Amino acid sequence: MLKINNLHKVFNMGKINENYALKGVNLTVNAGNFITIIGSNGAGKSTLLNMIAGTYLPELGNININEIHVTKWPTYKRAPLVGRVFQDPLRGTAAEMTIEENLSLAFMRGKKRGLSRGINKGRRQEFKKMLSWLELGLEERLEYPVKLLSGGQRQALTLLMATLGEPEILLLDEHTAALDPKTAIQIIDITKRIVDKNKLTVLMVTHDMKQALEMGNRTIMMDKGKIILDLQGQEREDMTINDLVKKFSEKSGHELTDDRVLLSEG
Amino acid sequence: MWINLILRTVEQGLAFGLLAMGVYITFRILDFPDLTVEGSFPLGAAITARFIVMGTDPFLATLFAFAAGACAGIITGLINTKLKIAGLLAGILTMTSLYSINLRIMGRSNIPLLRQPTIINNIEGFIEGIGMNPDYVSLFGFIIIVFIIKILLDYFLYTEMGMSLRATGNNPIMIESLGVNTDVYKIMGLALANGLVALSGSLVAQYQGFTDVGMGIGMIVIGLASVIIGEVVIRSSKIPLATLGVIVGAIIYRLAIALALQMGFAPTDLKIVTAVLVILSLGAPTLRKFMIQDEFADRLMERGSSDAEN
Repeated sequence: MLKINNLHKVFNMGKINENYALKGVNLTVNAGNFITIIGSNGAGKSTLLNMIAGTYLPELGNININEIHVTKWPTYKRAPLVGRVFQDPLRGTAAEMTIEENLSLAFMRGKKRGLSRGINKGRRQEFKKMLSWLELGLEERLEYPVKLLSGGQRQALTLLMATLGEPEILLLDEHTAALDPKTAIQIIDITKRIVDKNKLTVLMVTHDMKQALEMGNRTIMMDKGKIILDLQGQEREDMTINDLVKKFSEKSGHELTDDRVLLSEG
Repeated sequence: MWINLILRTVEQGLAFGLLAMGVYITFRILDFPDLTVEGSFPLGAAITARFIVMGTDPFLATLFAFAAGACAGIITGLINTKLKIAGLLAGILTMTSLYSINLRIMGRSNIPLLRQPTIINNIEGFIEGIGMNPDYVSLFGFIIIVFIIKILLDYFLYTEMGMSLRATGNNPIMIESLGVNTDVYKIMGLALANGLVALSGSLVAQYQGFTDVGMGIGMIVIGLASVIIGEVVIRSSKIPLATLGVIVGAIIYRLAIALALQMGFAPTDLKIVTAVLVILSLGAPTLRKFMIQDEFADRLMERGSSDAEN
């Protein structure tokens, strides 16, 4: 369970380019929740995920994961609790290392790393099984450097790695935005399967309104560093994309503006 | 005479192979341009010379060199990670400090080792004991030392820790999100690399029979040249082949230098020759792009003129 209390984040405080990115965010995420996050450019969606992952530390407020106070913890210390997939497929894997080496790095998530071989027969078998579950044929290419994979394949591998070692929370930051539409659908499908299989708690930022309503069981809307709408249950079930956009204008007092926002019923 | 020259050159290449392995770790694995090397190389030589002159066992004196080099690497790492000073500058700061430290250790700017026991004398005794030709003493000894270290390094880079070290250089954001403190691993890598560089300095000093406080000048470029030559000769992303390439690169570099000297180059000109070699190889991708573009422009021009004729 994730509990965020009155979280504030200011970048470049006191300078000309000061940016008050989060203005008192409160959020409680129960185990098994799958939350989609939408909002305009600069609403603070990515900043919120970065704060949960420990990339930035807050000026005020606190973050608890499973009753553990992690507010001041650096990223590496939060690793056993938080798995993450970035928008850029290049960021989630080590390009020069092989597929199995990448998996082995993720396999040791948050554990003590020692002087035994990173890859042994048992692990290799296990990796093969995981990869064949993705149905991308990667299990035949364990010893390929990751740089030879396509963006979609890399993102699928990153998803697998982000969920290895059983983190409490999975953070997805527009993880299909950099992919072509067909590959994006494939990755969304894998995402659903992986989340189902591992019963994960998920926070997913998306600019695709349809995806925001279709995936998961809760949708939050952010604007100017605040959560302005929290949809769940029947209210969310009944919501159409048009309702959602209208709701946004009502709550925020301006139109939903995102360069890449997708409104179509697609 | 020629055989002898080549033999001596290969021996030097092996001793410098450890330097090249250190540079490989920082530049290629950690992606950290570490100039500490210029100070840790003479540091290893200085420590070894001072301890040998004091009567310490030469093997122990050589081990001390490794430890001292590792400490120098740790200091560069701390300056970089804890004080957030850029890696290049952190290395320069340590390197500059080491000049003073090395002089303190040595007590003067040059220590001869010709009449002192060194690990080479020790191996000589051993080799004569088993009845081998003493001409091959250094070759035999250096091959064993360098390849033991190479095999250990290869093994390490495939362990959980070693793989995390490689990932720290390759994608620090990703490996941090998997629970690795990249600061610690950076410091560890710098320690390992500079330990090897100091070990190289120690072997070179014992081989040439003296330690000089200025013997570190240009070492970073020599190390880089060796790594680059190695990558040209053995093109592989597999670690055991890459490290073998680095050693072979160091030997080829020494052979090229020996050849240049035979051709009548002044020894003092060799540094610029090496630097130009490194500039050309590192700049090769960009230079090639220029040339391809020119070629394209030429073809376009040709076609233009023939089109005009029609």
